[in-house]
Amino acid sequence: MPLLSMTVNGAAVTAEIDIRMLLVDFLREELRLTGTHVGCDTSQCGACTVHMDGEAVKACAVLAVQAEGARILTIEGVGTLAQLHPMQEAFREHHGLQCGFCTPGMIMAGIDISRRHGTELEVATVRSELEGNICRCTGYHNIVTAIISGARAMGDASATSHAAE
Amino acid sequence: MFSFNYHRPESLEAALALASAGEDARLLAGGQTLIPTLKQRLASPSDLIDLAGVPALRDIVREADVLRIGAMVRHADVAASKVVREAIPALAELAGLIGDPAVRHRGTLGGSIANNDPSADYPAALLALDATVETDRRHIAAEDFFLGLFETALEPGEIVTAVAFPVGARGAYEKFPNPASRYAMAGVFVARGEGRVRVAVTGAAQGGVFRWSEAEAALETDFTVEALVGLALPAHDMIADIHGTGAYRAHLAAVMARRAVERLLGEVG
Ligand SMILES: Cc1cc2nc3c(=O)[nH]c(=O)nc-3n(C[C@H](O)[C@H](O)[C@H](O)COP(=O)(O)OP(=O)(O)OC[C@H]3O[C@@H](n4cnc5c(N)ncnc54)[C@H](O)[C@@H]3O)c2cc1C
Ligand code: FES
Ligand code: FES
Repeated sequence: MPLLSMTVNGAAVTAEIDIRMLLVDFLREELRLTGTHVGCDTSQCGACTVHMDGEAVKACAVLAVQAEGARILTIEGVGTLAQLHPMQEAFREHHGLQCGFCTPGMIMAGIDISRRHGTELEVATVRSELEGNICRCTGYHNIVTAIISGARAMGDASATSHAAE
Repeated sequence: MFSFNYHRPESLEAALALASAGEDARLLAGGQTLIPTLKQRLASPSDLIDLAGVPALRDIVREADVLRIGAMVRHADVAASKVVREAIPALAELAGLIGDPAVRHRGTLGGSIANNDPSADYPAALLALDATVETDRRHIAAEDFFLGLFETALEPGEIVTAVAFPVGARGAYEKFPNPASRYAMAGVFVARGEGRVRVAVTGAAQGGVFRWSEAEAALETDFTVEALVGLALPAHDMIADIHGTGAYRAHLAAVMARRAVERLLGEVG
């Protein structure tokens, strides 16, 4: 069994795994980080979205061994209970969820959209960027509003932290 | 998933040695097709050779009249590349229409063309732009590379290293995405160079990407949308499935061709 090393949510992780293990199963089953969900298992729904070296990927379509040496960020790593990430806070504020199953993937996608498109987002941009994330409950309206608001808050947060530096 | 040996070679030579040594070795690029295939047990390679460790396959280089894109360059990189945007803007735009952002962060040019899905986007660009597929052992004209449904001219163990796109022609790609999968229901790439027009259609035909020679001839005589009026693709050659009939796809392809011509003429967009 190969020995695997990567950084997950800032912490170095090493484990012996089955070569066939998917990244999403490694996170959920080995590390017990169950915030990353499996919806479709066919690359369609985005419930398994995590960041790999800073970019959104579908963890059900990546072998854990492909992430050897990579930096992985999951929903557990974006904020803390005391201090939610601005994108999490925006989903709470705008009620961007019903059952919550798709929410971790939506939040990871939302942060990635902001990384690429900036902190001032258009509705049309967010809607087309969410092509790979499926929600069965909300009709997307509140999710889109939350991502636009969360991206803006991310901009404000980084402006404040720069000001504080 | 069946079990396999996993390798991550750091040079093309090492990858080639592994590809010829393994009894049933498969190359792994971004895995966006291959991993789902393994999950469904539709393939059971003895060895997976991950090309992610070979840095030489990740370059985007512009020489005088050629844009060379490495096989492991991801769709997101092509879409974002300033070099590609300046050399062949339509190619960057096409890459940005593939799948969704997470797929574009993993999927590669080499993987896409080696897979030759009849609904993939890149094959249309390669064919219309008269690109050359470069492998570890030879250069293959796009024309000779795409052979049919999921079938290419690649030999066992042959590795695509890059695709060379001639710079100069102006191109436009118009895609009608399947509302569910985002793959092309019909995608048409029109390239207009000195006195020559090439029209390549993807997503529509049962045999995969093809050149629409009647449209090319008509547009070479008269590069207008009107020149396409009355031209029709044979419906019986088109894909017919739950998403659409052959006649529907033939019609869609003609509409996408008109839109691409309109775009090149600057009438819209
Ligand atoms: C949800 C989803 C939506 C998608 N939508 C689209 C779309 O709209 N349009 C579109 O065009 N595509 C689409 N794709 C496919 C995507 O573009 C991938 O690029 C494609 O699946 C190939 O994947 P890959 O590059 O990761 O290669 P892999 O899956 O790793 O490999 C694919 C095949 O190519 C072989 N191969 C890989 N690299 C090489 C090489 N250098 N030399 C020789 N052989 C090689 C492999 O052995 C394998 O057989 C979609 C995929 C998904 C999951
Ligand atoms: S579980 Fe990965 S995309 Fe649905
Ligand atoms: S909130 Fe239920 S799936 Fe999105």
